This record gives sequence, C-alpha cells and structure tokens, in this order.
Amino acid sequence: MAKTYQAGVKEYRETYWMPEYTPKDTDILACFKITPQPGVPREEAAAAVAAESSTGTWTTVWTDLLTDLDYYKGRAYAIEDVPGDDECFYAFVAYPIDLFEEGSVVNVFTSLVGNVFGFKALRALRLEDVRFPVAYVMTCNGPPHGIQVERDKLNKYGRALLGCTIKPKLGLSAKNYGRAVYECLRGGLDLTKDDENINSQPFMRWRNRFEFVMEAIHKAERETGERKGHYLNVTAPTPEEMYKRAEFAKELGAPIIMHDYLTGGFCANTGLAQWCRDNGILLHIHRAMHAVLDRHPRHGIHFRVLAKALRLSGGDHLHSGTVVGKLEGDREATLGWIDIMRDSFIQEDRNRGIFFDQDWGSMPGIFPVASGGIHVWHMPALVTIFGDDACLQFGGGTLGHPWGNAAGAAANRVALEACVEDRNKNGAEGLEKRGGDVLRAAAKNSPELAAAMETWKEIKFEFDTVDKLDVAHK
Amino acid sequence: MSEMQDYASRLSDPASRKFETFSYLPELSPEAIRAQVQYICDKGWNPAIEHVEPENAFDHYWYMWKLPMFGETDVDRILAEAEACHQANPNHHVRLIGYDNYAQSQGTAMVIFRGPIKV
Repeated sequence: MAKTYQAGVKEYRETYWMPEYTPKDTDILACFKITPQPGVPREEAAAAVAAESSTGTWTTVWTDLLTDLDYYKGRAYAIEDVPGDDECFYAFVAYPIDLFEEGSVVNVFTSLVGNVFGFKALRALRLEDVRFPVAYVMTCNGPPHGIQVERDKLNKYGRALLGCTIKPKLGLSAKNYGRAVYECLRGGLDLTKDDENINSQPFMRWRNRFEFVMEAIHKAERETGERKGHYLNVTAPTPEEMYKRAEFAKELGAPIIMHDYLTGGFCANTGLAQWCRDNGILLHIHRAMHAVLDRHPRHGIHFRVLAKALRLSGGDHLHSGTVVGKLEGDREATLGWIDIMRDSFIQEDRNRGIFFDQDWGSMPGIFPVASGGIHVWHMPALVTIFGDDACLQFGGGTLGHPWGNAAGAAANRVALEACVEDRNKNGAEGLEKRGGDVLRAAAKNSPELAAAMETWKEIKFEFDTVDKLDVAHK
Repeated sequence: MSEMQDYASRLSDPASRKFETFSYLPELSPEAIRAQVQYICDKGWNPAIEHVEPENAFDHYWYMWKLPMFGETDVDRILAEAEACHQANPNHHVRLIGYDNYAQSQGTAMVIFRGPIKV
C-alpha cells in the first residue's frame, strides 16, 4: 500500500529498530559500542546509529517516498550489555549489501563510520566488529599475493620471516642507509623495512634510496645464497607520485614495496594493491594512525575492523602488534585479529573479541607483522604466539647489537631457528618455559646470540594495556 | 660484555652460503633429523627429498629424489630414502620437505645433509 507524505521529525526507533529482523547471509553486519547521552533510550540510540549510517536523516523528506526505504535501510536488530561497563551497550546493525559499491572499502567505511560518529545524541561510538558477507568479499581484490605465494616467491618455509626496520627513523643519507640494509641482510634477516615516515625527504630522496637498497639486496643474496627483500616505502603525497615510485621499484627488480594504508588512504591502497597483483610485487602495509582510531575503548574503530578493511583493500603484510614488546596489545584480542588476517574462516569468539563468524572465501591471508621493542629473549614467546605465518621484526633488537647489524641479524636468526627446531621436536606447549634453555644451548654455537643475550637480558615492557577486552565486573 | 667480533661472511668464501631454515644452526644430528621427520608426519604433510649441487642451491627447483612420499608416515622409511639420496649424491645438499597440500605450499623445508661447499 502506498504511503502518504508527512513532514516532520520521527523517532528513529519507529523505522530503524527491528528486534524481530533475522539478518540475511548477504547483509553486512556491524557491532557498535554505543555510549549514549544521558536520557537517550538504548533502542533509540541504536536506531539512530543504524539510520545515520545508512538511509536516514534527521527529518522526513518527500523524496523518501520515491524509493523503497524499507529495502535499503540499515536495521538495528539487537542490543547487548557491555560486560564491565554500564554506561555503554553493544548495538548490532544489519545493512543490505545493495547499500555498498562492489569492491570499495572506501564506500563501506564512508557509510559505517561517517557522519554518525559525530552524532550529538551519542557521547561516544566505537565500531567493534564488522561481518563482511562472502558475497561482498568476492568483489574485492584483496591481498595481491598472500602468505603461500610470498613463501614460494621468497623460498621461506617452516619458520616465521625475520625483518628489521632501519633506524634512525630519519636523517640517514641514502648510501649510509643502504649500508644498514646490507648488514642486516647478510647477517641472516630475510627482509628489512623503511620506517613509515621515510618517504622522500631532503636528506634522502626516494630514488637514491631505492638504488642503494637494491644494490644491498643483490649483494646480500649473492653472499648468503638466500632470497632477500626490503620494503621500499612508496607512500607519497599523491597517487601519481606513488605509482611513479612503485614503477621504479619494479624496474630495479624489487620483490616487495610498502604503503601506509591509513595515512595514504583506502583509495590509494586499494589501487596500489591491484597494481602489485598485476606486477608481481609483494606489498607490506604499515598502519600509522591506527592508535588514533583504535585505542580508546569507547570511541573509534577497533583494530580488528581495520585489519578486515586492509585484507579487503589489499596487502600481503600488516602490522599486528607483538603482545610482548613496547606497543599496546592484549594477548587474547591480538590472537583474534591475527586469525582475522590469516585464516579463511574465523568463528565468533567473544573471549577474543570476535563478534561475528567471518568467511573470507578464497581470499588469501596476510602475514601479521610483529614489530616494536622485541629482542632475542622474546623469541620463544613470539614463536608460540605467532607460529610460522608471521613476520617478526627486530629493529633495535638487530641494530642495537653491540657488534652491529650483521651480528644482530645472525643472533635473531639463530634464536628463531633454535626455537622452531625445539618446537617441532617437543611441541609448542611449554616452549615459553623451555625457551631460556633453548636459547642458552644455541648461544654455545653462536657468539652473536650470546652477546645479544647479554645485552638485552633485563629489558621488559610490563605496562598494562589501555584497550582491554570487555570483561564482566559483576 | 664479550669483546667485539668481526662478522665473517664473504662473497669469496662459499662457506658463507646459507640454505634457509636451520642453516644458521649446526648440522642436525641423526636424532634431530628424526625428530623433524616425525614433525612432518605428525602435521599430516607429505614428505619429499630433493638434492642439488651446493653452487646451484639458490635455484627454486632442485632435483627431486623420486616422487614425494605421499601418505608415508613411517619415519624409518623416510629416513632411508633421505640416506639413499645422500649416498647417491654425497656432494649435494639434501633437502627434506613437508608438502602441505591444503595450503598448496610447503609446510616446511630444511637441508638435512650438507654438501661440501666448493667455489
């Protein structure tokens, strides 16, 4: 029956609160943590979020009647208490797949975390998780290559990859920078990395860096007989400049390049990932700015959602946090988003902060990258937590070795291989406890490892995490 | 703190060449090799043996020793094949692989007999 037009303001819940709704397999589902202003009922706040992130606006407009809004609208279909926090609650919203352009992470996030985050009726709003239906996943390009293809290209099997970010972050000349890369790679690392803020500054223009780094890679490969790479950062002020740098990296034979997907943006990232697929180059992704979005427990976007966004947009590596190093990361929650990066199907598991089943179909997985304040003594824990499908990056833990980068690299490589050998023999369970003995035994044949163990023995990072999983308090 | 040491690695020294997983550890003992074979079997992977002249170790493709041992879970039989390959090619690197047909990749790969490295 046709509706008649009535101007004015309606309560959101009349249209957008639908507790009887059963989500479809093709719906995009979102879980928001909502902290409403005092006096705003939960249903109204949830409905407002559904409305403002989909078809709604603050007042009725006559053009609403030219379409079938009941088909296109987002629907708030469930509300739950947040364990441990009475001032907020979870709201679950279902969006019909037709609301979103195919293969566009840009479009999905423009809706889901657009204007609604500034909505006055809310004190705070956090996007906790999103279920992307496989129907939508299959419209996205995803990782250019994925874990298995990278292993095949680089010939690395049965262990985690080892990397290192070159320091100091800023100020090295291109030639000195290439030296630091060469020393790391000849010592036994697989990969080195441009720091995220290394782009093309006056002290080191990108083209010079690319040339010197590639010489370092080629020499280290001839010297060690192993395949090596360096994440050449092509993050640039404009897409045109980004592609120019990527093309030059390809011309030099670089196996892998790098992009910052949040500061560079989803549009640039998705395009670059497609370019990497087309050109056979691996893509390492850094996540500068993520903590601005994901650290506050009541406001922003949880990192598990940002990880899903990147898997759809495309990247072969993504920084994940270390659990054990200097940067934020709750262990169970980190294990949750590591699975989100790597596995093809992830089950709902509230103990790890996963609100929905996620089916990735045939989309390849991403290497989680553990980086930040880690050193040889962390190796047993890292092998236990991350297993083999990860890239472990020791920046200070390589470059800070008293004998230099090559010795630091060798120390890390020996420590990794000793832990993997022991794990294969005695099982992952208990490796963290056996770790000290495993490392001490390995150090007998590696003076580099022995020196590293002397240097870093006492360093620990034991601050409590700010963003923890929500756990019941009563 | 231990005294600083030079990192001895040279283009001119073939002994500087490595060959991926476990090549930074001392050569595996027979018991250690057995444990790694057992690991491959326990993972449900298909064991395989490959070999190559040390100077050609950088290549992706080494020589297959027969076919991968699909479905083989007898550690002694796998070790016997590895040993047979080593006897027939005493100057080659011999690599043990665990093919993971679900991941469509190698679950692990390691050199278990090291050939003398010549220039």
